[in-house]
Amino acid sequence: MKTKVRVKKDLYMSLFAVLLGLIAGAILMTATGNNPFDGFYFLFRGGLMNIERIGNTLATATPLIFAGLSVAFAFKTGLFNIGGAGQMLIGGLCATAIGLTFDWPKPILLSVILVAALIGGALWASLPGLLKARFNVHEVVSTIMMNWIAYWTVFYLVPQYFKGPFLETESQRIPAAASLKVPWLTSLFDGSYINLGIFLAVVFVAIIAFILERTTLGYELKAVGYNRDAAEAAGISVNRNIIFSMSIAGALAGLGGATFYVGFASNMQIGVLPAQGFDGIAVALLGANSPWGVFLAALFFGLLHTGKGFMNAMTSIPPEIADTIIATIIYFAATSVLIERNWDKINKIRLDFMIRKREAEQLEADSGGE
Amino acid sequence: MNHIVEMVDIRKEFPGVVACDDITFKVKKGEIHALLGENGAGKSTLMNILFGLYQQDSGSIYLRGDKVSITNPNIANDLGIGMVHQHFKLVHNFTVTENIILGLEPTKAFMINTRSAFARISDLSKQYGLNVDPDALISDISVGMQQRVEILKMLYRDAEILIFDEPTAVLTPQEVQEMMKIMRGLIDEGKTIILITHKLREIMAIADRCTVIRWGKVVGTVNTEDTSEEKLAEMMVGRKVLFELNKKEAHPRKEILSIEELSVSGSAGRKGLKNFTLGVRCGEIVGLAGIDGNGQKELVEAIIGLRKADSGRIMLGDEDISTLSIRERIETGLAHIPEDRHKHGLVLDYTVQENMILKTYYREPYSSKGLLDWSFIYEHAENVIRDFDIRAGEGADSLARSLSGGNQQKAIVGREIDSNPDLLIAVQPTRGLDVGAIEYIHQRLLEQRDQGKAVFMISLELDEILDLSDRIAVIYNGELVDIVDADKTDENEIGLMMAGGKRGVAT
Amino acid sequence: MVDLIYQLFPYAIAFTIPLLITSLGGLFSERSGVINIGLEGLMLMGMFVGAFTITRIEMTNPATAVWIGLLAAVFFGALFALLHAFACVTLNANQVISGIAINMIASAVTVYLARLITGSGNVQIIRGMSRVTIPILSEIPVLGRLLFTQTYATTWLVLFILAFATFLLYKTRFGLRLRACGEHPHAADSAGVNVYLMRYMAVMISGACAGLGGATFIVTLSGEFNGTAAGLGFLALAALIFGQWKPWGILGATFFFGFASTIANVSQVIPVLSQIPGIYLKTFPYVITLIALVLSSKSSQAPKAVGEPYDKGKR
Repeated sequence: MKTKVRVKKDLYMSLFAVLLGLIAGAILMTATGNNPFDGFYFLFRGGLMNIERIGNTLATATPLIFAGLSVAFAFKTGLFNIGGAGQMLIGGLCATAIGLTFDWPKPILLSVILVAALIGGALWASLPGLLKARFNVHEVVSTIMMNWIAYWTVFYLVPQYFKGPFLETESQRIPAAASLKVPWLTSLFDGSYINLGIFLAVVFVAIIAFILERTTLGYELKAVGYNRDAAEAAGISVNRNIIFSMSIAGALAGLGGATFYVGFASNMQIGVLPAQGFDGIAVALLGANSPWGVFLAALFFGLLHTGKGFMNAMTSIPPEIADTIIATIIYFAATSVLIERNWDKINKIRLDFMIRKREAEQLEADSGGE
Repeated sequence: MNHIVEMVDIRKEFPGVVACDDITFKVKKGEIHALLGENGAGKSTLMNILFGLYQQDSGSIYLRGDKVSITNPNIANDLGIGMVHQHFKLVHNFTVTENIILGLEPTKAFMINTRSAFARISDLSKQYGLNVDPDALISDISVGMQQRVEILKMLYRDAEILIFDEPTAVLTPQEVQEMMKIMRGLIDEGKTIILITHKLREIMAIADRCTVIRWGKVVGTVNTEDTSEEKLAEMMVGRKVLFELNKKEAHPRKEILSIEELSVSGSAGRKGLKNFTLGVRCGEIVGLAGIDGNGQKELVEAIIGLRKADSGRIMLGDEDISTLSIRERIETGLAHIPEDRHKHGLVLDYTVQENMILKTYYREPYSSKGLLDWSFIYEHAENVIRDFDIRAGEGADSLARSLSGGNQQKAIVGREIDSNPDLLIAVQPTRGLDVGAIEYIHQRLLEQRDQGKAVFMISLELDEILDLSDRIAVIYNGELVDIVDADKTDENEIGLMMAGGKRGVAT
Repeated sequence: MVDLIYQLFPYAIAFTIPLLITSLGGLFSERSGVINIGLEGLMLMGMFVGAFTITRIEMTNPATAVWIGLLAAVFFGALFALLHAFACVTLNANQVISGIAINMIASAVTVYLARLITGSGNVQIIRGMSRVTIPILSEIPVLGRLLFTQTYATTWLVLFILAFATFLLYKTRFGLRLRACGEHPHAADSAGVNVYLMRYMAVMISGACAGLGGATFIVTLSGEFNGTAAGLGFLALAALIFGQWKPWGILGATFFFGFASTIANVSQVIPVLSQIPGIYLKTFPYVITLIALVLSSKSSQAPKAVGEPYDKGKR
């Protein structure tokens, strides 16, 4: 359970990181001879100016929500899942493979695709979990290795089995029945990329929040994350929780992969690690590892990514400004100890005051009772 | 007056605390000056300032009459100040020589000249009778040896003022004697020693003068000739200290814990446990004495289930628990106050209420069908907080991290006793606490005994063992030396047994 | 078969060298106690700065352009690494997160700048470094053809740096202090070693080395900055671990990885090798690193204090 103070602190720190990120973006724009006010105006306008753009923002945010949830969830168990990109690739590969192979009615096909992506991602992440639990191999290193194994796996498997008609470097397009896009939603948002993934994402945000706050499973996972030794001494199975946590994180990233490759996009490109895997780390940091925080942070990044093309068209600012802002936010989120230190100083004084107050009240109550 | 060190009106604040509140502290040349205070009184901070690891916020330091500014340990070294820290500052995969020369390496053509260093270290080791092998790797030598390396480090740097931070914590009573001999030898060679400690007996035995600090303030400086342990204790704590606990007669009943021929392998570089047999009865406190690293850790871990037993049995009541999981053992009636409360006792980033259910969260009424009942958990925590007098700013909602050390320990003791265990294993239950909290926890352990429960206490503090136990077992080198009735032994005898000597046989 | 090895060898070495120097940079950083996941980004920065500098001056100074490019990459690599050092050393930030931020900042900023220059975001140099056959030494049987024919000057430079780094780490005052900082910073501090300064230097050395690695890759193999280091930095990180944080171990590991990658790259055109599916060759370095991690889990040579921010207050 988070105390109100902690939520407030997280909120301020996130807003501060965003502010610094935007300032860094402004500096870069100015230094390269552009007007940052124009830049930001078109950047945000590009993500919000009409219903189609808003749909695109939501569609872009969808895989980010999953990737962010994945990182945040593992983090709750004290694990750093850098492997979101690889897990997304494998989830996407499973989804694409099923979508291209079977010719079933849409509801059934979609269900199977999602389950396959979920299992694929979970299995891919369970190996680093297992290595961590069994051999104490640091998950940061093993998930990085798994990213590149996934990268080369897709690199060779897609051209071999699902080669597209025109390019060596991409798969065939999936049929409409295998896509998370549905006509009513597409037309509701004036032909945007939005798809069923966003609803799925909201459902999973709620599920993860519920697991973490209300269930014994969440309690165990967090206990292991905060203090592995104390959890073990208290009879909690640390190894099982580590594998469990990584698998759930992988499942979330795998689903994110599905929402990207068979939702936002319609085919798979090879030779690219999906940037969402790493953006997910920024999303989790900015969202203070809380599910609804992740949701908001992902929407914000979705907005930046959607608006950057429009900004590029209206000004001469390259679209990578959005990535620069996101990267800077990660940097400042990592260095937020500076702010935290001062925050803790204030809080410590407040707590001491409250202890004294409680003691005084106790004293009063004692003397009153006599 | 011939003062070699004068620290005048030293003030140092950390967020939320005043560690040194205008402390004035003066040391004469050639004396052993003890610095006495409870944990957190500010004595380590003061010495870290003298050694240049911290800078004072205000106040000045004079050495040999000259005002100095010590902004880092290098300057302290140049001024002839050396320090042996409580936790040794040695690089485990470096040799003794490399550790000693670090920061002061003699070089020849850009390369470190180990040979010249080697000769000098050998000489120093001989001169002070330290008997250290300069080529050994730190990870291969004993703790006592490592302490001597630390002393050599100071001597190599020509230190004249030697600061020892709790140097005897890791030694046997006999090794302590040897340590004192080394210290006297240093004084004879013209050195000055500042001894940080909380052990009154050692101060009376070796120090010339003693400065007492409480809550960051100096209470006074006294000649040890003109004072007594009782007076020093009173100065340190600020009130009369009861050396006698309110201890009733024990009424032990049937044996609840039976350790039979237990063998456990140790972790890398540590001794394990060999054919260890011991019983603890309901209604008694059994204390286990021994020098750190003689198998206590392995024994405790084997009992609670963190470490596998190679052979032998551990019976709790009528059940062999040696193959059960940790959780199953807890359910059988085992409770554990761990040695390291931050590592094994609490989840510091959990609130007090969350910590209270660490071993029981999965059971009714704390949860049902996998869902936690937060309102019940809160109420339960508030009850424990009241029963065990835990001071926390936001009550059950306080983060465990925000509690003071004493209150954290009370929270653990509260949780464990509240689970109504048949056997309570208390490992160093009062380490690092102030006298008030120590008395409280001792009282609680005795109550547990008086209610007919069993308590098995493992401690490195011999005084604690002698005060609380009904029977005292001594462990050495992974084996049980002997078990004796507490009222039929004394510190000397236990001390000899801790060094491996059997009862009645001098070593 | 023998001919094949003779053919492949120069490419394998050319591929090994950027990895080696980058990995060596990582060695300094991690031996001082700072994890450097940012090697990929530092390399990318070196690639961009190298390519950019060379395109600016290669018309006017064709003879020295490549070397000035390498030098610029070294300088900016070190400068960029300062950002990582500042976060990890001064601000006690989480070193993994800071490293990731370094990677992301590098990839965003370099492409941003490249697009301003070329529009497409690719920066192509006209002339890279030329290969030389060393006169007398290349006459040595077998070894001469393997090692001294068709070599790049950067290869010899990097091998010299390797030898120098080994000397520096194990024989000098600087090395002893640096290693102490990575094993037990409090011990170093109380012996009067400035832990912060040592770590700053180490991280900047890692930036300089990774910058050199990136630029070397541009002038020897690719000839073009295209916005990605394609995982080379991570491969260097894997080599650092597989080489167990030791200079000669790293040499072995990078050569191993370099050879495997070279075979995978050319296997399409060489019949004998096309039997081996590329997927195995390409994933080989990562799989073997995972296996190495498992095998060394009991006796890892990783610096004890790596990843822990050094906080004077905590003792």
